[in-house]
Amino acid sequence: MADANTRPMLQVAGLRAWYGETLALHRIDLEVREGEVVCLLGRNGAGKTTTLRAIVGLLGRREGQIQLQGHATEGLPPEAIAKLGVAYCPEERGIFASLTTEENLLLPPVLHPGGLSVAEIYQLFPNLQQRRKSPGTRLSGGEQQMLAIARILRTGAKLLLLDEPTEGLAPVIVEKIGQTIRLLRQRGFTVLMVEQNFRFASALADRFYVIEEGQVAGHFRRDELDTQRAEVEALLGL
Amino acid sequence: MDSFFGIPWAALIGQLMVGLINGSFYALMSLGLSIIFGLLHVVNFAHGAQYMLGAFVAWGLLEYLGIGYWPALLIAPLVVAAFGLAFERLLLRRLYALDHVYALLLTFGVALLMEGGFRLQFGVSGQPYPNPLSGGLDVGVTFLPLYRVWVILAALAVCLGTWFFIEKTKLGAYLRAANENTPLVRTFGINVPRMLMLTYGLGVGLAGLSGVMAAPIYQVSPLMGSNLIIVVFAVVVIGGMGSILGSIVTGFGLGAIEGLTKLLYPDGAGVVIFVVMILVLAVRPHGLFGRAH
Repeated sequence: MADANTRPMLQVAGLRAWYGETLALHRIDLEVREGEVVCLLGRNGAGKTTTLRAIVGLLGRREGQIQLQGHATEGLPPEAIAKLGVAYCPEERGIFASLTTEENLLLPPVLHPGGLSVAEIYQLFPNLQQRRKSPGTRLSGGEQQMLAIARILRTGAKLLLLDEPTEGLAPVIVEKIGQTIRLLRQRGFTVLMVEQNFRFASALADRFYVIEEGQVAGHFRRDELDTQRAEVEALLGL
Repeated sequence: MDSFFGIPWAALIGQLMVGLINGSFYALMSLGLSIIFGLLHVVNFAHGAQYMLGAFVAWGLLEYLGIGYWPALLIAPLVVAAFGLAFERLLLRRLYALDHVYALLLTFGVALLMEGGFRLQFGVSGQPYPNPLSGGLDVGVTFLPLYRVWVILAALAVCLGTWFFIEKTKLGAYLRAANENTPLVRTFGINVPRMLMLTYGLGVGLAGLSGVMAAPIYQVSPLMGSNLIIVVFAVVVIGGMGSILGSIVTGFGLGAIEGLTKLLYPDGAGVVIFVVMILVLAVRPHGLFGRAH
């Protein structure tokens, strides 16, 4: 687990954000340190996905501060924020139908050194190599999720934002994704993920933020989960 | 055998040739429109005027500077593309967030301004442009003018080159991906707004190239674009809005159909493309090669 000596990868302070005219995030404060796996928990519509989208610059209107490795992202377009070393895997996976599996994988340009090589990615996900000529959307749901994660590992981004990586997948695939995230932590990646599957997340993440109605309603370390389980479950409505 | 079901071979090949010449321009023009629509979701009504601009730049290069057809084939499309880049950067870009109809109105307005300006300066009668490739090929049953053969082959090569660029290259993959999900592609660090600008420049440059190639065949006149653009929009609708391959196949195919109709039923030649459009839309509302959005 990361301690106070590691550098902050991401600092979010007093974040407010709007979808059109609607205020979606009231106040989000959170921090992710280098090498950590941090999970955002909360009910549907609480603002977890919106928080990730705000970090990568996909919301038109926002206030408050977001810093990536100390760089403020205020006013930067998404393509400039990407160059600060963050990559985003959306909930709907965003696999391109008009691109083959391999074209999907190779689409994001390498922006920094230190990403995985294509050979390493194919070793990690052999299915993607077997099906590299198939259109990306012909893959199974699990393969598409792996492709969506795999393609942001090449780019050299050190902070990965994963939105519900296990949603709708079979247990054996969920297990594979858990292994992958552990491996990524070993490789020095930092992960901020949104997850509805609390059992999956509680075995994986170092720290948890509970988001409710666009605000941070609670914050726990993994070793606090047992002693504070009642409070966590109350917040999540489990 | 000197006839085919009672039609002399010479007439058949001659009309097919005329059809394919028109088809070359339909294909090049609808290709540019498709690329622009596919990525920018802009119906570029200025496409005909930009074609006219290409022809006039070629004509002006020859008239005022003595620069001939072959250099103009490179210079004029670049001039038209530069015009397109500036137009996108300064005006068109501001409208992407609004309903598509605003961009359509802007490009339509620009087309009217351009055509009006050229009419004021040059009048409506056409300016002749000399044929850079005189002579022809004797293929036995008939005589094929060399310049027309060149136009068909060049148009085919440019169409296939553009198709290859979009379907088979890395940059083309960016375009296809941005077409599907622009925000996500931007989060990969790809500068999509700049890509949109260059795409508009490419599409408009193709219109300029068509204009130069058309100059020796049709005359160079301010209204040459608006005469062509109506048919080209029908071609785009038949092929399927935004489909690259659809534009190419439909462009050449409809040119050939139109040419043969002139031979078989001359009165129908003016409307045959629109009849095909009605039939296709009745069966496939998204066009022959189009996908539902």
